[in-house]
Amino acid sequence: MINKEVSNAREAIRDIPNNATLMLGGFGLCGIPENCISALVEKGTTGLTCISNNAGVDDFGIGLMLKTRQVKKMISSYVGENAEFERQLLSGELEVDLIPQGTLAERVRAGGAGIPAFFTPAGYGTEVSEGKEVREFHGKMYLMEEWLKADFALVKAWKGDKSGNLVFKGTARNFNPMMAQAGKITIAEVEELVEIGELDPNEIHTPGIYVQRIFQGVDYEKRIEQRTTRIK
Amino acid sequence: MLDKIGIAKRIAQEVQDGTYINLGIGIPTLVANFIPENINVVLQSENGLLGIGPFPDEEAVDADLINAGKQTVTTLKGSSLFSSAESFEMIRGGHVDLTILGAMEVSENGDIANWKIPGKMVKGMGGAMDLVASADNIIVAMQHKSRSGDSKLLKTCTLPITGIKCVKKIVTDMAVLDVLPQGGFKLLERAPGVTVEEIKNATEGELIIEGDIPEMNI
Repeated sequence: MINKEVSNAREAIRDIPNNATLMLGGFGLCGIPENCISALVEKGTTGLTCISNNAGVDDFGIGLMLKTRQVKKMISSYVGENAEFERQLLSGELEVDLIPQGTLAERVRAGGAGIPAFFTPAGYGTEVSEGKEVREFHGKMYLMEEWLKADFALVKAWKGDKSGNLVFKGTARNFNPMMAQAGKITIAEVEELVEIGELDPNEIHTPGIYVQRIFQGVDYEKRIEQRTTRIK
Repeated sequence: MLDKIGIAKRIAQEVQDGTYINLGIGIPTLVANFIPENINVVLQSENGLLGIGPFPDEEAVDADLINAGKQTVTTLKGSSLFSSAESFEMIRGGHVDLTILGAMEVSENGDIANWKIPGKMVKGMGGAMDLVASADNIIVAMQHKSRSGDSKLLKTCTLPITGIKCVKKIVTDMAVLDVLPQGGFKLLERAPGVTVEEIKNATEGELIIEGDIPEMNI
C-alpha cells in the first residue's frame, strides 16, 4: 500500500499557490477541514476561489479566510450566516456564484466522475437558467450544468488510514466524498489516523485512490451553529 | 386565523402513512410535531440523513449530527446517512414523496418565490430549487398576506422565482387551497373565524370557489 501521511496541515497545504481553486467539504460548520483552513490563514495564501456549500460564520470556518481577505470568489448554495461575507459582497470585493445545492453536489460529483455535463430540472425557469442550454426530456425541461473540479480539495473525515481510505461520521459526510474525488490534489484531515489495515474494507466511504495526502488533525473545535436540545 | 402552529397542524393532516418527507425550515419543521402516532413517515434532511430524530438531550449533543437548518438532531432506529450528492439523487430521482416548504409568494399557475429579495441580502437558494423542481407533491406553508396587507397569492410572482408550475397545495393562516393544473387557486377550507369574503379580498390571483366552503377541522 502507498503511504500518504504528511505530518500536519502546514505541510499538507505547503504548495497551494495564490489564485488556486479549492474545494472545501462541510455543511455549515459540520465536517469542515478546520486544520487546513487555519494553516491557510497562517500562510496568507490569497486570491482563492472557494467551492463550498456555505461560507462559514464570521469567526469560524471559511469566515476566517474572508476576514483576512484571502478569498476572491465563493461558489456556494447558501451563505446567509456571515456578516463579513455580506459586507464584502455588497462592496464588490468578493465575487459570488450561487448554485442550487443539489446542482452543486452533482457538479462536484461529475467533476470527480469524468462526466463533463449533465441535465437537471433545478432552476429551470428561474434566473439560474440564464445563459444555459435547456433541453426537454420526456416532456420536462432541464438545464445543462457542467462539472466542477479543483486544484486542491480539502476534506475532513472521522477516521482514515495512511493509504487515504476515509470513514465519515454522521452528517459530517455531506460534500466531503465528492470533493475528495474532484480535487487534482486531495488533502484529507482526520480525527483519527490509523495504520493501513486497521479499517474494515467493508466500511470505507471514500477509497484511498482519491486522496493524495492525509494527516492526523489536532485541536478540533467542531463548533455548533444551532445548539438545539430537547426541553425536559 | 391560524398561527404558525395551526398551519403546521393542518398540514400534518395531509401526511400519509409510509411516506418519505422533506421538511423545509420554519413552519414546515413544526409539522413533524403534529404527525399522528399511527402514521409512520421518514423525514429526509438534505444534508444527508434519512430518519431525523428529535432534538438531543444536552449530554447527547453531537456536532457531527445536524439537520439542514444546522440544528443538532438525533438518529432513530433505522436511520441512514449519506452524502449530499446521494441526498439530491433521492430528491431529483423522485424517491421523496412529499416536500413541505415555506414561500414568500405563490402564483396562480403554481410558481413559487422563496429565495431572494432583490436589494436586500441574497443568502442563496440552498436546496429549495432542487426540491421544487423535482417533487411530485409540494405543500406550501405561508402567510396569506404580507405584513403590509398585500396578497402573497398572486397572478404572477413579483420576486425572483424558485421554481415554476410546481406548487400543488397551499395552507395559509386563512385557508387551504389547491393550485389547479390549468391554473387558479381552488378554495377548499377556511381557517376558523375567516369568511370566504375575507379570503377573496386577500387573494390577488384567480380564486375558484365552488359550493359551501367548510371550516378547517383542527
